[in-house]
Amino acid sequence: MTRQVLLALFAGTLFGAGLAVSGMADPQRVRGFLDILGDWDPTLIFVMGGALVPMIIAWRMRMRIKTPLAAPEYVLPVTAQVDARLIGGAVLFGMGWGIAGLCPGPAIADLAIAPVPASIFVAAMLAGMFLHRMVCNRRSDAVRSGAS
Amino acid sequence: MTATLFPNAMPLAGLVGGLMIGFAAMIMLLGLGRIAGVSGLAARVAGIASEGTPWPLAAAFIVGLPVGAMFIAYAIAPVEARFAPAVTTLLIGGLLVGFGTRLGSGCTSGHGVCGLSRLSPRSLIATVTFIGAGFATVAIMNATGLPQ
Repeated sequence: MTRQVLLALFAGTLFGAGLAVSGMADPQRVRGFLDILGDWDPTLIFVMGGALVPMIIAWRMRMRIKTPLAAPEYVLPVTAQVDARLIGGAVLFGMGWGIAGLCPGPAIADLAIAPVPASIFVAAMLAGMFLHRMVCNRRSDAVRSGAS
Repeated sequence: MTATLFPNAMPLAGLVGGLMIGFAAMIMLLGLGRIAGVSGLAARVAGIASEGTPWPLAAAFIVGLPVGAMFIAYAIAPVEARFAPAVTTLLIGGLLVGFGTRLGSGCTSGHGVCGLSRLSPRSLIATVTFIGAGFATVAIMNATGLPQ
């Protein structure tokens, strides 16, 4: 377990360092990418392109590496169905991303760079996640009581 | 060419930072058998998601994000992080990002980096949707003169 925790810590640190190097820790730069009708900043395309290269290789290697190098098994999401929740969630997320110029990774990494505004955003983000859980639990409760 | 067309762009830094992000996601996949999706890992650490990546691994990854950004800021060069000045912007943006990423099961890292590289139709549709929603949100805010 210690080995796994250290590996996860290393991956998170590399990820956070990558966000800082790429300029994606800067909400104004991310907003510059989303400002397609204004003074457009394409940097995010290069970041996404750079990140996809190792991951395309990783998915191919995954076919040959039957078990992860430091864990008993792969636990991966099912990728099939597209539903209203996926689309609705992506729309709401995209709106928030456009409003503040922040998505979860950079917001958390920025806790070390700009602690005050980053903490405000991260606190609101966790509140939004908690709100989702409350709404969804209520809905699944209603489904259960309806069925019984 | 990008330097003259898009004076603000940082293509090389973006590419290097992107590669670092991609390698970090590769370590999570091939080392630990997990997706480096920041919204899901953050929800797990905060106790909002009751299942998923084992808590110590999720926590180690999340702690690594600010550690990595801080490392770049102190060891390499200052990291720019220009946040929206209004607290309301951060609060509304944060709430939408938190709720939306839970409803849509992922953010820029999970759907954008890990899902696109896997050619997941779900992630492709989510990514196109949140980028489109981000474009529209910034365009509407600019057109209506809404302050950020």
